[in-house]
Amino acid sequence: MNFSWISTYWPLLAAGAVQTVLLLVISVTLGFILAIGLALAQINEPRAIKWLARGYCTCLRGTPLLIQLWLLYYGVGSLLPLIPGLRASFLWPILREGFFFAAVSFTLNYAAYEAEVLRGALLAVPKGELEAARSLGMSPAQVLRRIWLPRAIRIALPTIAGEIVLQLKATPLAFTVTVMDLYAVAYKIRQDTLLVYEPLLVVTAFYVFLTLLVTRVFRIVEAQVPIRR
Amino acid sequence: MSSALSLLELLSPYPPGWGGVLIAGALSTVAISLGAYGIGILVGLLGALGKLNGNRPVTAALDLYTTAVRAVPELILIVGLYYAGTDGINRMLLALGLPAIEINGFVAAVAVLGIVQGAYMTEVFRGAILAIPIGQIEASKAFGMRPSLRFRRIVLPALIPNALPGLANLWMSVTKDSALIAVVGYQELALATRLAAGNTKHYFLFFFAAALLYLAITLVSNVIFSALELHFRRGQPKIA
Repeated sequence: MNFSWISTYWPLLAAGAVQTVLLLVISVTLGFILAIGLALAQINEPRAIKWLARGYCTCLRGTPLLIQLWLLYYGVGSLLPLIPGLRASFLWPILREGFFFAAVSFTLNYAAYEAEVLRGALLAVPKGELEAARSLGMSPAQVLRRIWLPRAIRIALPTIAGEIVLQLKATPLAFTVTVMDLYAVAYKIRQDTLLVYEPLLVVTAFYVFLTLLVTRVFRIVEAQVPIRR
Repeated sequence: MSSALSLLELLSPYPPGWGGVLIAGALSTVAISLGAYGIGILVGLLGALGKLNGNRPVTAALDLYTTAVRAVPELILIVGLYYAGTDGINRMLLALGLPAIEINGFVAAVAVLGIVQGAYMTEVFRGAILAIPIGQIEASKAFGMRPSLRFRRIVLPALIPNALPGLANLWMSVTKDSALIAVVGYQELALATRLAAGNTKHYFLFFFAAALLYLAITLVSNVIFSALELHFRRGQPKIA
C-alpha cells in the first residue's frame, strides 16, 4: 500500500469532495421542495394532476439514474444549442457544464423517490389532528404549513435519512458526465499513478464518513422531537 | 436533422437500424440481473442464517460484510470488485503456477452484482425470519424435525411472504444497478445505447428508447411480483 500520492493530490481531493457535497446538498434540498409538491399532487384532486404526478414518480423510479443522466447530458444537451440565442446568452457557461446536468437529473430523481416517502407520511398523520386544526379555523394552507407537513416530515425522518444516504451513493455517477467529483478525482489519480486500489480506498473512506455524518445528524434531529410509543 | 435515415429506420431491429443492438442489450441486462439476483438470494439466505445462528466471529464477519457493502457507493464497489476480483484470481492462478485467464465480462458482472445484492438480501431475509412467530419454530422442534427439515418445511415457506416486498425492491434495484456495469465496459443496455447514440448522433432518441426499455422491465416485474405475493399470501388474512 502506497499513500505517498496524497501529499501532491490533496487539493484535488478536497475540490472533489466539495463537488460531491455540493451535488448532494443541491439535489437533496431542491428535490425535497419538489417532492412536497409531488406528494401533495398525488393525494389531492384533480385527477389529471394526480396521474401526472404518479406517472412522473413511476417513470423516474423505473429507469436507472445513469440513463436519466445520459438522456439529459447527451440527449437534451445536444438539443440545447438548437435553441436560438441560448449560446450567446449569459446562461450558456452554466448550461454547458456537466455539473448542471448532474445536479438537475439528481434533483429530479431524488424528488421522485422522496415524493413516495412523503406521500406515505402525509397519509400517516392522524386524521384527528387535521380535523382539530380545521375546526380551529385554519385555512388549508395553514393546516399544511403548521400541522400536516411538520408531522409528516417527523414521521418520515428515518426514511429521509436513508434516502439521503442512497443519494450520496449515487453521486459518483456524475463522473460519467465530466464532473470532477470525488470519484472522478480518484479515477484521475489511478490513471496518473497507476495505483489500482489506494485511491479507491481513500475515496471510499470519505463516503463512509459522510454516511456516518448523515446518520448521526439525523439521530440528533430525531431526538429533538421524540415519538411517543 | 438532415440524416439519411428516418427515426423509425434508426430503431429498426435490422442493420443499419440499431434496434437489434438495444434489444440484445436489454436481454443481457435481464440475464445479468437474473444471475446476480440468484447469487444474491443464495448469499442472503446463508448470510441471514449465519447472522441468526452463527457464533461470534461469523456474525462479526457478516456484520462487516453487510455494513461495508451498504455504506459504499455501488459504482465504487463495482469498479473495485471488478478489478480486485479479476486481479486476485489471476494472482492466485499465478501463485499456483497456472497461466492467467481472461475473465468473461458477463461472469464478472454477475459475480460483482451478486455480492452487492447478497448484502441487502441478508438483511431482508434476517428480518423475514425474525418475523416468523417463534411458536411455529418451537413446535417444529418439539416434533423432532432436523434443522434442515425444519428450514425446508417451516422456515422457508413462512419467510417467503415476509421477504417478498423486500425482494421485489431488490429486483428493481438490481435491474437498475446493472446499468453501472456499463462503466467497466461490459455491453448491456446502457452501454449498447451509448454506442448506438454515439454512432448516429441521435442521443436523445436512443437514451429515451433505453429509458422506455428499462421502464418496461420494471413494469413487467411489478406485475410478476404482485402475482407472486398473491400466490404466497394465499390463506393469510388481508393486511389493511
